[in-house]
Amino acid sequence: MGREIISLSSRVRKEDETDHIYKIKTENLNAWFGTKQALKDINIKIRKNAITAIIGPSGCGKSTLIRCLNRMHELVPSAKVSGKVYIDGIDIYSKNVDPVIVRRKVGMVFQKPNPFPTMSIYDNVAAGLKLNGIRDRKKLDEIVKKSLEQAWLWDEVKNDLDKPGSSLSGGQQQRLCIARALAVEPEVLLLDEPTSALDPIAASKIEQLIVSLKKDYTIVIVTHNMQQAARVSDYTAFLYLGRLIEYDETAKIFSNPKEELTENYIAGRFG
Amino acid sequence: MQRYWIRKLKDKMAYAFCLTCIVLAIVPLGSILFEVTKNGLPALNIDFFTKGPGAIGEPGGGIANSIQGTLILIGLTSLIGVPIGVLSGIYLAEFGNTQFGRIIRLTNNVLMQFPSIVIGIFAFLIVVLPIGSFSPLAGAIALAIIMVPIITRTTEESLKLVPNSIREASMALGIRRWRTIVSVVLVSAKGGVVTGIMLSIARIAGETAPLIMTILGSQWFFYGFTNPMDALTLRIWRLALLPYEYAHQTGWGAALVLIILVLSLNVIARFLTRSKYKV
Repeated sequence: MGREIISLSSRVRKEDETDHIYKIKTENLNAWFGTKQALKDINIKIRKNAITAIIGPSGCGKSTLIRCLNRMHELVPSAKVSGKVYIDGIDIYSKNVDPVIVRRKVGMVFQKPNPFPTMSIYDNVAAGLKLNGIRDRKKLDEIVKKSLEQAWLWDEVKNDLDKPGSSLSGGQQQRLCIARALAVEPEVLLLDEPTSALDPIAASKIEQLIVSLKKDYTIVIVTHNMQQAARVSDYTAFLYLGRLIEYDETAKIFSNPKEELTENYIAGRFG
Repeated sequence: MQRYWIRKLKDKMAYAFCLTCIVLAIVPLGSILFEVTKNGLPALNIDFFTKGPGAIGEPGGGIANSIQGTLILIGLTSLIGVPIGVLSGIYLAEFGNTQFGRIIRLTNNVLMQFPSIVIGIFAFLIVVLPIGSFSPLAGAIALAIIMVPIITRTTEESLKLVPNSIREASMALGIRRWRTIVSVVLVSAKGGVVTGIMLSIARIAGETAPLIMTILGSQWFFYGFTNPMDALTLRIWRLALLPYEYAHQTGWGAALVLIILVLSLNVIARFLTRSKYKV
């Protein structure tokens, strides 16, 4: 699936990119909505098989940042991006890269569970494959089962695969959306406040699930909830007014932040 | 707290007002249906559905050729109008947020309010005159011009009701834009799109004026795409002008058939396009 990207690698790969512990790297990433600048010169390296949390007050550009990592930002009319985003050393904003292929490699889960309302549970998970032309029923069955198992949903829905996706509870719907994202076999998973619309029990299940996915995926999670960032993430980035203020291991950020701004935010003095 | 009963009264009055209005709105509908059924039902018999009209002034004969004509017109018009209308609606909803899109939207709304007789004259000029004969083709083109703006508008409105989060979910899976639109957005909006198509069919099935200029009307069954043809509305109009009691009754019968025809097309279309899940 990522073949197109790989074949381009010789042309756009940067010579000095030897650092293989990082999956994603941005260089002077700027993003706008019309004339309003949402991201300012973001330089961040995101580790492979780790969970990176992005925290910060509302409107600081958290969501915009992860939406730049799979080229979803540009779908908003008037949105603009400059700078570079390397995934496996390849600039995904380079001219020869097809954004659709990028999005297959970098999956995304949204704040509100958004299963396709007209599709069954099975079809929701299979959608990414089916709508890209895969028709082999056996292969689909296999991937649907595997994805639902990975999302800890299989046991709950295995007898109801043809029921509508919207018949599930909120937490189940969100896990269905995670399964749907996993089915296209991405390497990176972006989560945009995945638990903020859920009750605490459903949220805690999703948190545990996210941690379990770390061994196979590089995960970036945007969250409003600092306890959540502290619980699940290995690294934390603090964004404020479109700038990356501080980025370090989660333990350091929460116990001993270098910047006063970070400390104030974590202590709840603003936000 | 002392004004509590006033608020309660206001609430009751608002409800009563709405109820009165809905009754007023239903009265004409009910009385038309009642009148058409009462006068039309006695006209229905086997001959009515199997034979063309007899000689003028003699009772007997049927409206089979008019039913056939109306069905051919609906089919032909839908063949032209539905694809153009639905695709235009998709364009306006998904890509129409531009200056060009706004102009098209405005033009479409103007076209929707065009007097149908003008559209009839237009089809007369561009189809009937060059061919040299009245024809179902001219009729279908005139009716398609009436149909397209209705479908375009309703399709656009239905697609816009599909939440953007659904489009994003699909795009984020690496599904291409056209696939997202056809397999996710359009499928979610199917109910509204079908309603728009059925509305437009009901509208064109009831048109008379543009047909006078295009298919003319005929005593005979369909005999070629470049010859005059009959339709139910034309038949009703001509029968109503005749000074015979039997003709008026046949006219009522034809009106009843037209209503039932549109209604059953509606039911069939809904049955065929029903979704597995409620949205």
